Amino acid sequence: MDKYTKHTSVAALMNRSNVDTDQIIAKQFLKKVERTGFGQHLFHDWRFNDDGTENAEFELNNPNFANAKILVAGDNFGCGSSREHAPWAIDDYGFNTIVSTSYADIFYNNCFKNGILPIVVDADTLKAIMAEISANEGVAFTVDLENQSMTTPGGIKVHYDLDGFRKNNLLEGLDDIGLTLQHIDKIGSYEEEHKQQFPWLWAS
Amino acid sequence: MSDVNTAKTMYEKIWDTHFVHQEEGQAPLLYVDRHLMHEVTSPQAFEGLKIAQRPIRNNHSILATLDHCVPTKLADRINLPDRIGAKQVQTMIDNCAEHDLTLYDMQSKNNGIIHVVVPEHGFVHPGMTTVCGDSHTATHGAFGALAFGIGTSEVEHVMATQCLPQSKSKTMLVKVDGKLSKFSTAKDIALAIIGQIGTAGGNGYVIEYAGEAIEALSMQGRMTLCNMAIESGARAGLVAPDEKTYEFLKGKEFAPKDDQWERALAFWKTVPSDADAEFDTIIELRAEDIAPQVTWGTSPEQVVPVDKTVPAPGDFELEGKQIACQSALDYMGLEAGTKITDIPVDFVFLGSCTNSRIEDFRAAASVAKGTKVPDNITAIAVPGSYMVKEQAEQEGLDKIFTDAGWEWREPGCSMCLAMNGDQLKPGERCASTSNRNFEGRQGKGGRTHLVSPAMAAATAAAGRFVDIRELEQ
Ligand code: SF4
Repeated sequence: MDKYTKHTSVAALMNRSNVDTDQIIAKQFLKKVERTGFGQHLFHDWRFNDDGTENAEFELNNPNFANAKILVAGDNFGCGSSREHAPWAIDDYGFNTIVSTSYADIFYNNCFKNGILPIVVDADTLKAIMAEISANEGVAFTVDLENQSMTTPGGIKVHYDLDGFRKNNLLEGLDDIGLTLQHIDKIGSYEEEHKQQFPWLWAS
Repeated sequence: MSDVNTAKTMYEKIWDTHFVHQEEGQAPLLYVDRHLMHEVTSPQAFEGLKIAQRPIRNNHSILATLDHCVPTKLADRINLPDRIGAKQVQTMIDNCAEHDLTLYDMQSKNNGIIHVVVPEHGFVHPGMTTVCGDSHTATHGAFGALAFGIGTSEVEHVMATQCLPQSKSKTMLVKVDGKLSKFSTAKDIALAIIGQIGTAGGNGYVIEYAGEAIEALSMQGRMTLCNMAIESGARAGLVAPDEKTYEFLKGKEFAPKDDQWERALAFWKTVPSDADAEFDTIIELRAEDIAPQVTWGTSPEQVVPVDKTVPAPGDFELEGKQIACQSALDYMGLEAGTKITDIPVDFVFLGSCTNSRIEDFRAAASVAKGTKVPDNITAIAVPGSYMVKEQAEQEGLDKIFTDAGWEWREPGCSMCLAMNGDQLKPGERCASTSNRNFEGRQGKGGRTHLVSPAMAAATAAAGRFVDIRELEQ
């Protein structure tokens, strides 16, 4: 996983609530057995017309949002399934930051495992941020993970809360599994007790 | 002398018995007892293990099935028509063989949807932790087990370490007292709750369902209810284990045997929340108030009782909900003010991990009996597993459905998510017993209305939604 560094990038606006994982990555693309290449299918049913051409009406096809790394979206982003294909697609498409008032639990979790920073802002702030993008399409925001801040040219300063552990993993690009395996002895002794307490779970 | 409340909720108890370690500045590590798998969310996890050269820590903790991609027409199961889907299926078979994992493949008499087959074999018990790369893992909360969906990175994490870094959820008690009318079901309770608290209402919470109406539910009903906990945004749903739970598990393949049974039982009885345990939030509903529910929009929270009408954007206070209402009306091709019972359907789907157990088929069959599905409507009945299918056939339910003009299929996820050949065409409208009515969920442009099995059967017979309370009994 790449380290998350401070960056100034174009913010794309998607003013929709409850964007669900079925929209983020439609099920016909879930059959791959690899982890890469999902970006081309991100928001497929919204992004493309039936004949395969780009749907000019769709937000992300707006040329001003080309190369955006920040995705600003309505409430409850990522609701629906646990499929990690959703953050894989978002990451592969080129976003590394999402801004919304709330996220579905599993999706939020999955973001951190894929180098994506999901920023939570309050409803008024989101409104102001959306207004700034609408008035100035193509505007770039600065995201500073270390200081947990995001600033806009229009003068909006956001400070967001973040779990310290997750923040550190993003900053360092750390592998969660390796971290857990450092405690393998503790897991081993827990298991010994567990076998005594719940032997029926260990009958094979 | 202390007035600190040491009483614990069921969630807190399960958390405490599964807490392994917390390193300063890191999330607590929670131990995982049971790991369920299907073909869609696991291949990349196996690939990751292989690349990092990590072994699976406990292969007995894993139970796998094939369900999402498998066709429900017998002929197609021999030779999967979809090449990419076939590769995913084959990858699962290969991975399970390589790591010596129990897999209920398509030829197995135990095959079916993961959340249907796992309880059939008694694999999940009260007080345990269970994960699966699938959000409807919440289903197993019906047994008083902490069961939740995880992403593929976490699937890999659990395979390698048998643990997950987890942050603690808040607790919500959803109390449903009173008695449900004979026309309403666990599905209607689930939809009514989501209608009340919204699809984000449970974000950050583990929900415990309690009260007279929950205690009165069968184990299968509790599974239906917990299955949809995720649709209210909750991490998991829980129902306290009781005599019904123990009775259900007794004698099942993975249930404790002989002298282990009494030991397990003694432990299980300690699992329910203490009487004076405190919850962060409490929601209360009266069972008598819960009419048969029908969703009208593209989110499970967009739901009304069957005798009501499709709402208008102006009926909602928040701007976001007004916009969502309008876009749902557009997508669903509905006009505000239309009576739900005036909405015609093209398709009826009876199945999915929410409602494909034997009781669901009995309930639907009792309504379907002697009816005839109109020619312009397709109705398919898809058992959740081969065990359900066989039981239904023994009881003659398949005949009732086929006589009424339904198709009787092989088990699988089928049209719940439409990645196996079963799907709606653009614009088609479906009464479905599944759990998600998102845009395109059942096929691009398809329109889904979530209902209970009995409501689905009544809808199939009439060609439009029906208030089953008005049917002659
Ligand atoms: S039936 Fe539907 S919700 Fe259940 S596991 Fe299959 S696809 Fe998921």
